[in-house]
Amino acid sequence: MEKIKSLADLRKMKESLQSGMTLREKSIDPASHIQVKVAMATCGIASGAKEVMETFIDEFAKRNMDAVVTQTGCMGYCYAEPTVEIKKPGSDPVTFGFVNPKKVNQLIDKYIINNELVDGIIPVNYEKV
Amino acid sequence: MHIMDIFQNSIRAGASFISLDVIENIHDNFMKIEITDNGCGMTKEMVQNVTDPFFTTRTTRKVGLGLSLLRQNAERTGGVMSISSEPGKGTTVTATFVYDNIDRPVLGDVPGAVILTATANPGIRFIYHHVKDNKSFTFDTLEVKKEIGENSFESPELYSALKEYIVENLKELKVDLDS
Repeated sequence: MEKIKSLADLRKMKESLQSGMTLREKSIDPASHIQVKVAMATCGIASGAKEVMETFIDEFAKRNMDAVVTQTGCMGYCYAEPTVEIKKPGSDPVTFGFVNPKKVNQLIDKYIINNELVDGIIPVNYEKV
Repeated sequence: MHIMDIFQNSIRAGASFISLDVIENIHDNFMKIEITDNGCGMTKEMVQNVTDPFFTTRTTRKVGLGLSLLRQNAERTGGVMSISSEPGKGTTVTATFVYDNIDRPVLGDVPGAVILTATANPGIRFIYHHVKDNKSFTFDTLEVKKEIGENSFESPELYSALKEYIVENLKELKVDLDS
């Protein structure tokens, strides 16, 4: 694939990816998607939230999963940054702390796909058993 | 460079338009970063307090470091940071750095910061304008949407392509994001 240097190159790239994007563009109901909110205040960014968000976006694209990744402000858990809140359709949102790109894969494989709780849930009174 | 931090301030201020201008002028030995938004703006009193690390409008925590750190970075090189703001109209943050000062921080992943923020806030129009000496590049999310579709910034599949588009054009300008 040639380098993307112009808007025309971008359009070509979009056309080549079109099939995977059709489903998302047809749906306007965010509740029907997996929603991931990454806390992106100074504390989050300094701890690596940008890399975490990029990894979520890349992994969902690679796995062709229908998910929406957005940013949010500080959730007040600065000690546990980067933090992410994951809301699966029909489930309550769950917040995870100390997330890094490696843990993103764990969250997708174990929590999102297999419904297994993983360590790092905030508040800490939740424990994996 | 704390550019993402300043973007987050603009987003929290309810902006529907954010522009980032980066000017690298090696000849006159300065680099200027200017971020403008059309958010809710600030009163004169707030502008005076806003670079105090212990001043924040947030309620979840009691410190706000974005603008304080940007000011510190600029001043460390012999540069300055200024803020002009008007309630109801918006805010402009301008930081000027002495280009060849050893303490000037690297620009860092500006394309990533722009695309990540634009992707997560598809309703906001972002304009990123980078000038290096006599060459310039402009990335306008409105222009991109016209070319490749309204939903372009909501598609994770396009994230890498959009970032590559900016990176490749900055290479044409010989912008070094790591120095």
